[in-house]
Amino acid sequence: MTEEHIIGKSVPRKEGRAKVTGAARYIDDMTMPGMLYGATVRSQIPRGTIKEISFDAQINWSEFVTVTAKDIPGKNCIALIGDDQPCLAEGTVNHPEEPIMLLAHADPHLLRKAVDAVSIEYEPLPAIFTIEESERRSQIIWGTDNTLKTFLISKGDVDSVWAKADYIVEGEYTTGAQEQLYIENNGVIAVFDREQGITVWGSLQCPYYVHKALMALCNLPAEKVRVVQAETGGAFGGKEDYPSIIAGHAALLAMKSGRPVKIVYDRLEDMTATTKRHPSRTRHRTAVSKDGKILGGEIDFTIDGGAYATLSSVVLSRGTIHAGGPYYWPSVRIHGKAVATNAPPHGAFRGFGAPQSLFAMERHMDRIAQVVGLSPVEVRRRNFLKPGQTTTTEQTIREEIDLGKLLDRALELSDYTAKKARFARENEAGPTKIGCIKKGMGIAAFLHGAGFTGSGERYLASVVAVEGCVDGGVRVLVSSTEFGQGTNTVLCQIAAEALDLPYDDVRIAQPDTNQVPNSGPTVASRTAMVVGSLVRSAALGIKQTLIASGALGSSYSPQEFRSACRAHIAAHGELRCFARYEAPEGVFWDDQKYRGEAYASFAWAIYVAEVAVDLSTYSATVEDFVALQEVGRVLHPVLAKGQIAGGVAQGIGFALYEKVVWQNGRMQNGQMTNYIMPTSADLPPIRVFFEEMGNVHGAYGAKGIGELPMDGPAPAIVNAIQDAIGDALGTRFDSVPLLPEHIFEAVSANGER
Amino acid sequence: MSHSSGNGAKRELSLTVNGKPETVRVFPMERLLDVLRQELGLTGTKEGCGEGECGSCSVLMDGKLVNSCLIPALQAAGANLTTIEGVAEGPQLSALQAAFLECGGAQCGICTPGMILSASHLLKKKPEPTLDDIREALAGNLCRCTGYMQIFEAVAEAARRKSSV
Repeated sequence: MTEEHIIGKSVPRKEGRAKVTGAARYIDDMTMPGMLYGATVRSQIPRGTIKEISFDAQINWSEFVTVTAKDIPGKNCIALIGDDQPCLAEGTVNHPEEPIMLLAHADPHLLRKAVDAVSIEYEPLPAIFTIEESERRSQIIWGTDNTLKTFLISKGDVDSVWAKADYIVEGEYTTGAQEQLYIENNGVIAVFDREQGITVWGSLQCPYYVHKALMALCNLPAEKVRVVQAETGGAFGGKEDYPSIIAGHAALLAMKSGRPVKIVYDRLEDMTATTKRHPSRTRHRTAVSKDGKILGGEIDFTIDGGAYATLSSVVLSRGTIHAGGPYYWPSVRIHGKAVATNAPPHGAFRGFGAPQSLFAMERHMDRIAQVVGLSPVEVRRRNFLKPGQTTTTEQTIREEIDLGKLLDRALELSDYTAKKARFARENEAGPTKIGCIKKGMGIAAFLHGAGFTGSGERYLASVVAVEGCVDGGVRVLVSSTEFGQGTNTVLCQIAAEALDLPYDDVRIAQPDTNQVPNSGPTVASRTAMVVGSLVRSAALGIKQTLIASGALGSSYSPQEFRSACRAHIAAHGELRCFARYEAPEGVFWDDQKYRGEAYASFAWAIYVAEVAVDLSTYSATVEDFVALQEVGRVLHPVLAKGQIAGGVAQGIGFALYEKVVWQNGRMQNGQMTNYIMPTSADLPPIRVFFEEMGNVHGAYGAKGIGELPMDGPAPAIVNAIQDAIGDALGTRFDSVPLLPEHIFEAVSANGER
Repeated sequence: MSHSSGNGAKRELSLTVNGKPETVRVFPMERLLDVLRQELGLTGTKEGCGEGECGSCSVLMDGKLVNSCLIPALQAAGANLTTIEGVAEGPQLSALQAAFLECGGAQCGICTPGMILSASHLLKKKPEPTLDDIREALAGNLCRCTGYMQIFEAVAEAARRKSSV
């Protein structure tokens, strides 16, 4: 094997030129001849029975295409994991903004008026909006007890540790909903043809999820459903499951009208009607020895799933498995629970449950440190998982990870120790009066599992193809999508590396279910590691085929490869190799007991935040941020850095700015004017560092990277705010988002002005 | 999707876009964004929020940076507009475009056209901007992917290259 020539190099993003010139075609940039625009009539109430739908006589309704649940040719559901979510409400509504009826017209202006001219009379039913209300079960809105899903992780004998504990440390931590806020709203175009069936182009992450949903909804066989991903302007999980709904709506209108139908949401509709990060509540009760070692504990992790189950079970799974953080628990019991409320279903958002439970874990570690009388650094160091030890699911850590060393480097990069001491002196010395700025340092240590949980990858059995083309170039065929992370680039790098070809000789097919095999959904930080490995295998298959046929020698120039490729296609018609995922041998996972190898690999990280709190405005500002991680081999340094910095920025928003204001289950601030994400002027320098420890996972040693940076910022920042304010007066910050009014309330409640 | 056909009949609108004179028939209160995208087929200008918050629809109008979602069509009568399609110099990427590509300034790409126009507006006013100048100038353009760091690098790099020419 020659030295790697493309892996590790920051080659140009495949679709980058189209993006910087404005040539890239997103869904709203596309039109079709005879195209109609579609719109959705939605529920105005959180829960109730639909009594009557009436239509304002001012509108000439004969010009409009209308679709209700009665027009659905197949099953009225969005097929995903369970089938509990209707595509269109029939008889009852269970959350505000629930789709009830669809309209289409060639003129988008008239369409908007028509949506407003539909009146729906309801018989309202009592609704519930919080985890606590759902748990109280005064109203049963889902199943028999409002419980969407539970998990139990049980390791060792927790019940016996309390008697041995020197300290028992308890805490409750909560996190709010968070909007993905991709800058491109959700949108699709659907076309129906009796012979060819339904075709949908859209802004989406998972073409085969949409494919499955459309088959059930439209009652069509697989070959009569085609889903094509258009250029996608950000997703972050927000285009994992929701596109199945909007695609279903457009498909129904296209089937009824016989014309192409485009539905593109405006910002308000996208923010109020589509998914968000699950709000959460985590309770910790931990037995700790006098030297700060965790002996065992109970963790109760509960998320608000909204009105339907959708992805809540898998979000809960990841959150539950990550709840113990990167620490060694001799014994632990983790209860995970997702409950229903009358809010639009919460869904996937970068991190997928882990940012919620890790926020709790990392705030709780600081609490343990305080109770035991150790520093936040030392208490973590004493509890870090080491190679050979087992996680909460009893997965043995086989990677050569040294979290202590990672921590040392992060402390050095952030100048943590000196700054923390200096800030403590200055905070103490400075008069606590209006105008005073207090500073603090906070750390978060965490891990993030790459790929689907447990047996997930085995069930998915992803397939990729690599093909030689008539021009002698090579094409990668996957359903894995590009939405900014760099899928196109990294998978082409991997194929080029495997084939010893220049990067420019490899291209990637547009994800189109008629053209590409199902390489699984583009989620769970799995693309570089899982799909990348398959691309490498398939590419090596091409090479072996050409060498075996005698068309190529064992070493060759790109020109020789191109000639051999052309000759092979001329002789055999095509040159294509597939690779299918095979679970490594000896991997054990018990889906019932939630025990075993939860993930093929983990990424590890230590983040350090430096924060200033202005006690005249009570606003907290992050002044410096160090993000150090071990993600295996860094395939493309520029893309990898961009993933981390972008995730940290979203994490800063999650911690300090982004509050979804709810009223009766409906988001009240569904605009960019009043839902505040960080601008370029709000962010500190985000300093990104990688530690490569020589892992063997994934293509060329890559592990997952995309979700990791979402997990650490919130706890690091809140730990830093706590460090700045101090906790002598019992002031505690255990919730995000942590807005100035919350800091004001906490500080003034404790008499410190 | 466009929002305001407004009232009244369509009127003729003449303007110069990327150096080319154009005449289109529009409703007076139609948004400049829709005129560019739908009448002129210049879909590089994007809509993110429709209320002037995100800056994805930024274009240069007579040298000023504007959110085209907030400009009624007739206000652009006689104006000289630059959109992302007019930024490259023929087949050659501009210094900013090249730097965005190399430094990782574009991820999903939806904010990129507006971001590049904002940055080019800055570099015209301040050919050698400080980091704070860049942060300030781009604060009206939201990016959800990058965390802005590589966008700052791209703008600084483009400025360096331009000044060394």
